[in-house]
Amino acid sequence: MSVHVIKPGMLTTFQDLGRIGYQHLGVPVAGAMDARAHRLANLLAGNSEDMATMEITMSGPTLRFDQPACIAICGADLSPHVRNKPIPLNRPIVLKAGSELSFGERRYGARCYLAVFGGFALASVLGSASTYVRSGMGGWHGRALRKGDQIGLNINMMSSGLTALSRKLWDIEVYLPASLSSSPRQTVRIIKGAQWKEFSPESCAAMITQPFRISPDSERMGYRLQGPAITLSEPRQMISEATSFGTIQVPSGGQPIVLMADRQTTGGYPKIAHVAAVDLPLLAQMLPGDTVRFEPISLDHAQELDVKRELAFHALAGHLSALRQILASHIKRAA
Amino acid sequence: MPGMQKDAQQLVIEDQGDRTLIIRFGDQIDPEIGQRCLSVAEALRQADLPGVIDIVPSYTAVAIQYRPTGLADNPTFASLSESIRRLVQQIPANSVMAAREVEIPVCYGGAHGPDLEEVARHCGLTPQQVIDLHTAPGNMVYMLGFAPGHPYIGLLDARLSVPRRDVPRTAVAPGSVATANRQTSIYPNVLPGGWSILGATPLKLFDVNRQPSPALLQPGDRVRFVAITETEFDRLREAQA
Repeated sequence: MSVHVIKPGMLTTFQDLGRIGYQHLGVPVAGAMDARAHRLANLLAGNSEDMATMEITMSGPTLRFDQPACIAICGADLSPHVRNKPIPLNRPIVLKAGSELSFGERRYGARCYLAVFGGFALASVLGSASTYVRSGMGGWHGRALRKGDQIGLNINMMSSGLTALSRKLWDIEVYLPASLSSSPRQTVRIIKGAQWKEFSPESCAAMITQPFRISPDSERMGYRLQGPAITLSEPRQMISEATSFGTIQVPSGGQPIVLMADRQTTGGYPKIAHVAAVDLPLLAQMLPGDTVRFEPISLDHAQELDVKRELAFHALAGHLSALRQILASHIKRAA
Repeated sequence: MPGMQKDAQQLVIEDQGDRTLIIRFGDQIDPEIGQRCLSVAEALRQADLPGVIDIVPSYTAVAIQYRPTGLADNPTFASLSESIRRLVQQIPANSVMAAREVEIPVCYGGAHGPDLEEVARHCGLTPQQVIDLHTAPGNMVYMLGFAPGHPYIGLLDARLSVPRRDVPRTAVAPGSVATANRQTSIYPNVLPGGWSILGATPLKLFDVNRQPSPALLQPGDRVRFVAITETEFDRLREAQA
């Protein structure tokens, strides 16, 4: 019993919260680009937040479920539908056996996350099911999905009573606090980096007043920013050290790079700033060609926002215990 | 600087965004500083502080990555810096971790080491002298990075010092042993690279199925390069397959 890939989409990979604990061996964390949408999709599908979801990029796949399933889709709006019926985002959705899920026009964002109740049957590699394509590691055979792939599901749901199940799930009110919804913000908040003061005053001013364009070669590893050249007052050699998700490093060419999910674990370029964790999802939903502006905030403020989002996730997980109970009662027990 | 804290022992703790803090022990590549980073990283690993998810030592610093728990033990930059400062003060300044000795067989020159002669010319040495200096004891793995299992090893004899190449190669063969700025790296898989290639090892640098660690080399390992012939190289590579 499984999910059949009829059409793979542009770049569809499995991601969880990342391959944590191996960075000292040079293993990139990878994981969901938009961790907020990934976690949300899991919670709404009755899962724990760290289960692997399908990260779907820009143009979505066509998937046939040959068994009943409960899914949730969060993040970018890529017009998901079953047959010709649109499927709402941010809701648990019951699919009957034989349902074909496909995607259409991109209305908002870059990436959406498809979670299935119980999760996809994937082997864990170094503690994570995240796909790191560069090393062919994790996820589904270390690569993006291809036509003809058949991915197993961890849970078999009962085929009977699906309409009633669907109605029961529909009756659960899912209230998403603002801190968990897709952000309507126009600016990405940053925290000044260790070398901020070593950059020229003009560069620092440009960083927080000028728009930057996300260049065409931006992807899961990093976003290259096109705009005014950002330069150190005095060029100098740096010794390599650890990088972080959201680190904005500036090579000598003056074009900043925001390090994203597939970033290398270490780097030797000066760091002008770091994207606040709470705004990484916003950046992850931007596409090459989009314009981004940065706004500096204090470290304390960034951490307050981060905790606020964490607490909202805790509250939502608690609120959805009814949903998990309903879904658990529809698991098909082995005979 | 915002969020920079120092104590009497000049322990520098800086924020690196809102989910990483970095402890700095110096600003040059030096065996003592490298050792200090590794013993502090190990002590922090043992301490298992709330919210801390990864610890990444490098040449002169240790990065601690954390995330909010939203609970009573929620880590902030301030609270975590405090815990770390207390912890680090308890580690003797000269503590040296027990290190493994690892021999890395290398077939120098020829097709495996296309830059050996050029490096020799640059340093005013013969190729054999380069090999002799490269196989001398005294090398340590400072850190891994760039790619899974990719080590940064140092420091070589000062006579064997070449800068990075002006034009990096777009694809360096797996196992290539390369040098720049008195350091050695070994490419675990096909990667771009700007270092000069002296030779190649038949050993597999990274294997997700290897136990207890997927990486052949760990931070802190003492490394001894051993010259082998092409025949031995082929035999050892065969044995790995």
